[in-house]
Amino acid sequence: MAILLNEDFQFIVQGITGREAVNFTRECLEYGSKIVGGVTPGKGGRDVYGVPVFDTVREITESRRVDGSVITVPLAFAADAAIEAIDAGVKLIVIITEGITRLDAAMIVEYADYHGARVIGPNCLGVMVPNVCRFGSLGGPAVDVRKAFTPGNVGVMSRSGGMTTEICSTLTTNGLGQSTALSIGGDPVIGSTYADLMPLFEADPDTEAVVIYSEPGGSAEAELAKWVEDNNSRLPIIAFVSGRFMDDMPGMSFGHAGTVVNRKEDSPAEKIRRMGAAGIRVADQVGDIPDLVKEALKG
Amino acid sequence: MHFYEFEAKRILAKHGVAVPKGKLVGSAAEAASAAQELGGDVYVKAQVFGRNRGKAGGIKEASGAADAGKAAAAIIGTEICGAKVDRVLVEEKIAAETLFAINATYDAAAKRPVLVATDAGGKDLDDVNDETPERVKRRHLSLLGPVLPYRSKELAHDLGLSGSGLNRMTGVVTRLAEICRQYDLTHAEVNALALTSDGRLVALDAHMELEAEGRYRQKGIVEELGITDADTRGARAPTEWELEAIRIDEEDPRGLIGPAVDFDGDMGLVIGAGGGSITTFDAVKRLGGNPANYAALGGNPSVDKARRLTKLVLSKPKVNKICVISNVVSNTRADLVARGVIKGVLELGLDPAETITIFRVPGAWEADAAKILKKYNIDYCDRTVSISEAARRAVAKVYGE
Repeated sequence: MAILLNEDFQFIVQGITGREAVNFTRECLEYGSKIVGGVTPGKGGRDVYGVPVFDTVREITESRRVDGSVITVPLAFAADAAIEAIDAGVKLIVIITEGITRLDAAMIVEYADYHGARVIGPNCLGVMVPNVCRFGSLGGPAVDVRKAFTPGNVGVMSRSGGMTTEICSTLTTNGLGQSTALSIGGDPVIGSTYADLMPLFEADPDTEAVVIYSEPGGSAEAELAKWVEDNNSRLPIIAFVSGRFMDDMPGMSFGHAGTVVNRKEDSPAEKIRRMGAAGIRVADQVGDIPDLVKEALKG
Repeated sequence: MHFYEFEAKRILAKHGVAVPKGKLVGSAAEAASAAQELGGDVYVKAQVFGRNRGKAGGIKEASGAADAGKAAAAIIGTEICGAKVDRVLVEEKIAAETLFAINATYDAAAKRPVLVATDAGGKDLDDVNDETPERVKRRHLSLLGPVLPYRSKELAHDLGLSGSGLNRMTGVVTRLAEICRQYDLTHAEVNALALTSDGRLVALDAHMELEAEGRYRQKGIVEELGITDADTRGARAPTEWELEAIRIDEEDPRGLIGPAVDFDGDMGLVIGAGGGSITTFDAVKRLGGNPANYAALGGNPSVDKARRLTKLVLSKPKVNKICVISNVVSNTRADLVARGVIKGVLELGLDPAETITIFRVPGAWEADAAKILKKYNIDYCDRTVSISEAARRAVAKVYGE
């Protein structure tokens, strides 16, 4: 088992004829994912590696079951594309598109909440259940995905897409497989935070530990710490907080849009303190993660 | 992009929120005549970003023209909150009965816009929240329709207002929520908002920031305020080195360098991707290395972009060794990065085996990268070596074991 996806999971790709989308569609198909359609307005009737392309999402949902949609349309159309999918009844949306304002992100997420849909991202690479389904563009070509991701009992959540693959690869190298890995997005407002996803891992019998990758900026780590304290979680959590150098550089942004230290709770030092107080194990260096996971799994 | 106080106040005034009468000036003489025009007591306020302007000596009270000129002379040209002051705002002094603070911003945990307000205005809202949380009131807003004034009214009620004060506050709070939304602001804060003895609400100071991601669709207001494209308003002005990195990035659409940030150290970093770069920079620093730069090479860069970034990093006077480290790459090709970096080093007449302390870019096309690196005797490692271990080896080579 895993969270969010299973072997029957079938999805669509909005913006499927874009350069990156064509690539990851091929990679997903090679990995065994079921893509039942793609959407690019004005390109209906074509196909991408055998996946039929439509002008609207509704044309697809009217004729087949659609469990999820990957959105990789240009910035100016992203909010509209997400709402289109939600209105067509799609319940799980991965938004890869970068640069969406917090206004649009918050609007999309509110709309999704209202319609019982879940959003992963924006500015993320999606969800991966090793050997079962790749929903998004995590890990690149199928041959590289198989090197980095292996099935197992560690859940992974990361604010960086690249570091999702990096951490899973490090776990794999050390004999630790993953139940589900999520690139949750690097923006200030995202659809699913660590604390939002923890109940799903908690309910997944195959997940025995969770690793998170975190960055400066925002209060998601404090929320996670509070969730752990309030819910008496059975799952050990191992966290790595990057960007400790940014403690001395308020107002500067590196990497993702969300990584600006404006308030005390945004800083890596405060995140480490807060998570440590809740019993979350914080890795000093990224290379220390596998040993901490092994230790935690021993109990 | 932060707005200066005078810009934020122009936006408020445009939307019907009262601000003190005032004038933006660039010299002591102009400040004196502005004070003369305004009459009575005035404030002379440095136009710089940062919330501790007052404590840093950037706000002075003055009485009359001569005094205002003296105050302006003491502020203009000095450095306040890390920036040289070239303009001051001369404003009438408003006598307040109560000071409020209102902030229209986003609550990332709730994923909604939120209004935060207090009747203990004039202080940092975070500090008020730490010291007297009961005096901080909040209301979340929906984005599925227009800003609803009843939410502002509830907030005004929570602040203890009634009668015409409640109705006026409802109006100001609603305007602020609309301003935040209309201009893609991360926050629109009026602090303090004065309630005067004659019942007026006047914005004494305002902080607004336009989200970088929203700037492309806010050309109207940016132009209206006379802000040029060159005015990036970073935490500090970009250095020549950083500008060159931007030029290299813009001249070739394949891949991304940004952001490249200038540091004062001696260890050159050709590092990749958002999270991987932050993790590597951190590891180098914590292991005792002194980075000369930050960079985030990713998005499938061309050989040429990797080559030019490598040369740029090695052009820094203190740098004679670099490390090339990234997280596992998926769309970036490790072999293209390897070829670009080696090419850059060779063009400078340097020995790749000596100059490149370690190459750790696992993932797509890694076998091809390994072949090239081997040919030049460059120390490389695969994904079984963690980012932090690769950083440790690099630091050891630059500074000796």
